[in-house]
Amino acid sequence: MEQLMADLKAQIIEQLNLQEVKPEDIGNDEPLFKTGLGLDSIDALELIVLLQQHYNIRIANPEQGPEIFHSIRTMAEFITAQQKQQA
Amino acid sequence: MSNSAFITGTCIIREHQIILNEKQVFSGDGSELQDFLRAAYDHVSGQYPKFHKMDPLSKLGWLAAEVLLKNNPVLQLPAEAVGMVLANRSASLDTDLRYYATVKDIASPALFVYTLPNIVMGEICIRHGFKGENTFFVSEQFDPALLSVYPTQLLAETPLQACLVAWVEVMEQRYEVVMALVQRTGEQPLTKETLEALYLAR
Repeated sequence: MEQLMADLKAQIIEQLNLQEVKPEDIGNDEPLFKTGLGLDSIDALELIVLLQQHYNIRIANPEQGPEIFHSIRTMAEFITAQQKQQA
Repeated sequence: MSNSAFITGTCIIREHQIILNEKQVFSGDGSELQDFLRAAYDHVSGQYPKFHKMDPLSKLGWLAAEVLLKNNPVLQLPAEAVGMVLANRSASLDTDLRYYATVKDIASPALFVYTLPNIVMGEICIRHGFKGENTFFVSEQFDPALLSVYPTQLLAETPLQACLVAWVEVMEQRYEVVMALVQRTGEQPLTKETLEALYLAR
């Protein structure tokens, strides 16, 4: 889980062009939207693309979005759960 | 039409240089456009992380406005009193092509939102809080007649008190920004000739 969260931070910084943010600036439980990283709706779409490109995961239910993308940890937990289902 | 529009400031970005009111304020090395834009941002601002998400067209327009408007009293005007008239040759084609390339795999939302040329005006408006009338023209060449007559009309006949007038062109590594701040009073009239002279200035 720790490695996955570290990977996610690096991938988010690259995918969202957060050039002034370092991985260590992003807390595992920090909100990704509004406060915290301050991501916006376009960033949310890019996170969906990131899950498809890097983890081959498609979000079937868009209403799950706020829950999945709440923080690095919730993203990592979602990815881990999906990978277990696919295994 | 009597002259009711005057150029009160200018910013030119070309050949990896930023020229404010005829004085060079930044010069980059011979690197790629994206490297120059990043270096210019670090020099000029460094306090607006959203800059990194913009496409080159928006970065160029944003940078010129940032330099031109720094500490300018125009920023104190009512939001509805500051407008914009911008133009270029390639519209958003530079970004359109990069977006199209992503469609073959997974379309990029971040690129898609810049597939209109007038987005650069939105970025400048968001940065400075402007809510005045704005228009983006696409023309084959820099058109000093259009870019002088129309803003003059806006300042004479609408609530606008100031207007950013600019040619903001980019296509791959070729780029050029010629921006003027135009107001109702000043010393240098906004005319086809003064704008043409500004464009040709080196």
